[in-house]
This record gives sequence, C-alpha cells and structure tokens, in this order.
Amino acid sequence: MSQPAELTSEQVLSESEISDRVADLAQAIIDSAADGEMPNFVGVYTRGVTLARRVAAFIEKKTGNAPNLGSLDISLYRDDLDNLGTTPILKHTDIPFDIEGQRVVLFDEVLFTGRTVRAALHELLDFGRPAKIELAILVDRGNRELPIQPDYVGLKIDTTMDQYVKVRFHEDDDTEGVFLLK
Amino acid sequence: MASDSGITPRKDLLDIESLSVEEIEFLLKTAAPFKDLFKRSVKKVPALRGKTVLLLFYEPSTRTSASFEVAANRLSADVTNFQVSQSSVVKGESVLDTIDTLQAMRTDYVVVRHGASGIPNLIAKHTNASVLNAGDGFHAHPTQALLDAFTLREVYPDTNGKKVLIVGDILHSRVARSTSTIFRKLGADVAVLGPGTLVPEGRHKFMQGFRTWEAAMAWKPDVVYLLRVQLERQQDQFFPSLGEYHKVYGLTTERFSELQDRGLWLMHPGPVNRGVEIVDEAMKYERSLINQQVENGIATRMAALYWLRPGTASEDSSRKSIA
Repeated sequence: MSQPAELTSEQVLSESEISDRVADLAQAIIDSAADGEMPNFVGVYTRGVTLARRVAAFIEKKTGNAPNLGSLDISLYRDDLDNLGTTPILKHTDIPFDIEGQRVVLFDEVLFTGRTVRAALHELLDFGRPAKIELAILVDRGNRELPIQPDYVGLKIDTTMDQYVKVRFHEDDDTEGVFLLK
Repeated sequence: MASDSGITPRKDLLDIESLSVEEIEFLLKTAAPFKDLFKRSVKKVPALRGKTVLLLFYEPSTRTSASFEVAANRLSADVTNFQVSQSSVVKGESVLDTIDTLQAMRTDYVVVRHGASGIPNLIAKHTNASVLNAGDGFHAHPTQALLDAFTLREVYPDTNGKKVLIVGDILHSRVARSTSTIFRKLGADVAVLGPGTLVPEGRHKFMQGFRTWEAAMAWKPDVVYLLRVQLERQQDQFFPSLGEYHKVYGLTTERFSELQDRGLWLMHPGPVNRGVEIVDEAMKYERSLINQQVENGIATRMAALYWLRPGTASEDSSRKSIA
C-alpha cells in the first residue's frame, strides 16, 4: 500500500481527534444497548480489528461491560482475487463466540466502495444467522459501489475516487492519524 | 516476490526444488488458517468459486485424489474426475491429445499423477491451466512434501537442526525425494536408511546414509519417516522378500519399543503396509503423526490451489513467475 512520494498528504484527524471519534462511536453503541445487552464486536483485519478493540476498551471502562471481540480476514471472500498482483497472506479469522441469533457490530476503519463490507458480511453469515448486523466506521469517504450504509460513523468526508484515505494506528503503524492523499 | 501483504503467485507447482524458502514458508503459513476452517460449521470459502479443477490420474490413487477433491471443494471450485487410466490410455490416447482436450474444456487447474517422470511439466508447458503435480514417476510429489513439512512444523515450530531419518525404498520414492528436499530447505538434517540397492548413490552428497537400524539410531533422530514399500513396483526384486524387508528395515516390535522409549515422532505417507514397513501396534502410537498428515494434506493442498494462478505463461520449473 505504498504511495508515490509526490502525493500531497493532508491530515484529517489527529491522534486526540481519533480518540474523540472513538468515544463518540462507543457512546452511540452504549446508547443503542439501552437494555444493557452489549452487542458482539467483529473487526475486519487489520485496522478494523484495532478500531473494534479501542471502542470495546472505551465501553468497558465506561460501563464495566466488555463486548465480545472477534476478527475477520476477508481475503478468501474478495471479489477481485483474480486481479491481484500478489496472493494475500491469510490471517486467522477468529470469532470466539456464537453469533447465532445475536446482535453483531462489524468494524472497519474506512468505508469506501463497500466491497470489503460485502465480503465481510458474506463471511460472517457463514458462521451463523445473527439477529442483526450493524456497521461501525471511523471514516466514511463516500463513493459507494454497492448499496451499503454504516450505522455508526466517526467522521464523514467528501473525496474523489482517485484520492486515498489512510488511517494509521499506533498498534499497527509507526504513526497515528487519518490522512487524505491526493 | 513478497511484500507484507502478499506474495507473487506462480502458474504451476511441479516440484519442491524450484520453490524458494520464502514461497514454502508462505504456503505453510497459509495452510494454517485453512486448517482452522475445518472447525467451522460451514467449511467452505468462495475463493475459487466458478473455477474448475480437473483431476487427471493416470495411476490409481484414492487418497491423494480424494484429498485434492476435498481441498478444491472447500475452495468452492467445481471438480471433475478425468479417469484416464481406465479409458483413454487403453484407446491409445496420448498425453498430448489429452492436453488438447483440457484446453478445449477451459479448465483452470489440473492435478496430474502419472507413472512417468516429467509428464506434469510437459502438460504445464502446453496448457494455460495451473498444473499441480500429484506425483510423477520417481521424480516429485510436492504436495506430499508440503503436508509433511506442515506436520513437522506442528510438532517443531522451529525445524532448524531437527533430525529426520527416512527409512525405506529411497530409490523408487518421489516422496523421499520431495520430502527430504523440503525438510532440508527448512533447515532440518535428513539421513536415509535403506537397502543398499534402494539408496541412490548421488544422494549421499546431501544426506548421510545408513545401512542398519542400529547405526541410524546412534545418529539420534527426532523423527522417523517410514516410506511405503511399493509392492506394485517390486517385480525387479530389489530385496529378497517382504518378510526379509520387515526384519531388516521395518519398524519391528523391538524397534518400535525403542522408538517409544525415546519419544520419537513417527511419520508415513500412507497407505501403510502393515507387517511390512511397520508393525500393527505402532499404528496406535501417541506420537504417530500419520493421521495428522492425512488431515494436513487437505489444508496444504488448499493453500497450493489458493496460491497458484492460471495464466498464459508457461514456466515449467524455472524461477520465473507470472504477476
């Protein structure tokens, strides 16, 4: 995912702003669980898992109630495997709880075309039939190619197809922030 | 070429020699999540949906073809069995005729087993489909080697310096050839034990050879890998009799109890000739990896199918890969 050096990079969110957005997402999910039944969290590798973990940590601190956490590698469910220059290295998909009849919140760091979420939904449904699946996103950058919409959004920005939104977390990267490259 | 996120696919998997250590490590690493899949209620992923896999077996092999079939099914590919041995060969259809048929059928992957060395390479050269060698003559059996390496890594996450003793008909064994190569590429030490007539001379350049169990045990192996005696290829009488083979090179009751005392791991590519390579009671040995090898065969073959990419380029066994 390296970008040519001549691209200009504009910071959209700083580290502390990311924390604020994570808190917003967490609060919205707490409010949605008025009955105290916390939904199960499933993050899409790599940074969707980190986002789910951060939101879960916030919720646990605030309510003392820790959501279940799972992670999903969607590589085998992609619709563009044939066109990739390299064969993706697989990570362990791990859903350590039964999703049958449960409420699940799916996490990804950026929502763009919607194809990753389509693949994630397909994979998740192979684990059972949840009562409900919702979608939580840190940055919604528009330009959908499929009819998929988020339920919880940290930040919505307008972008063009040729721009690139980069989310960086300390857990996975050397730096932290959300950047718009053009 | 590999990056953090992936590795360049190849068109064909013909032998172990032409794979880089990096590619082998990728395949072993990729097989692990495939094995996890077997615990799910839906054991299938859509990675090869709409693709066709043709099983082209000129030699009968129930186990290997079933393993490939399950692997392809779990990747959602459509599988066709092309029963060559029973029909076409009798009718005099040549391998090249069969290749034309394959091209016309627009199959994406071809799994080939043939009694003659080099047939999979020949097919790979003349078809756009990805060719997976499922055993050719005395040449290679790369997916067996991959599953053996995966199984070894399950008991030894670090294979460096681990000692593997391969016992049996080394000369007529494509398993010995491919498996010893992959073990050595992963840093293990490999030695062979077999009748003088069945250990190829040139191989001693890379591996120690022993003529007796006592000498081999003194080498202190961690793993004993028993080869299958190829009963069907024994017409040439490389050793006097099966009873004689068992006495001299087989895992007898006494040798098995020594193996147990030392806690050595036991491997065998199957199917086992009970009473020839191995005594009955050793089949229930707690450190026998034989059943694990079979299970791991599916996951490693899934990894191979997932990695290969059909294309127009034919690479034979050169290092060139298509992007």
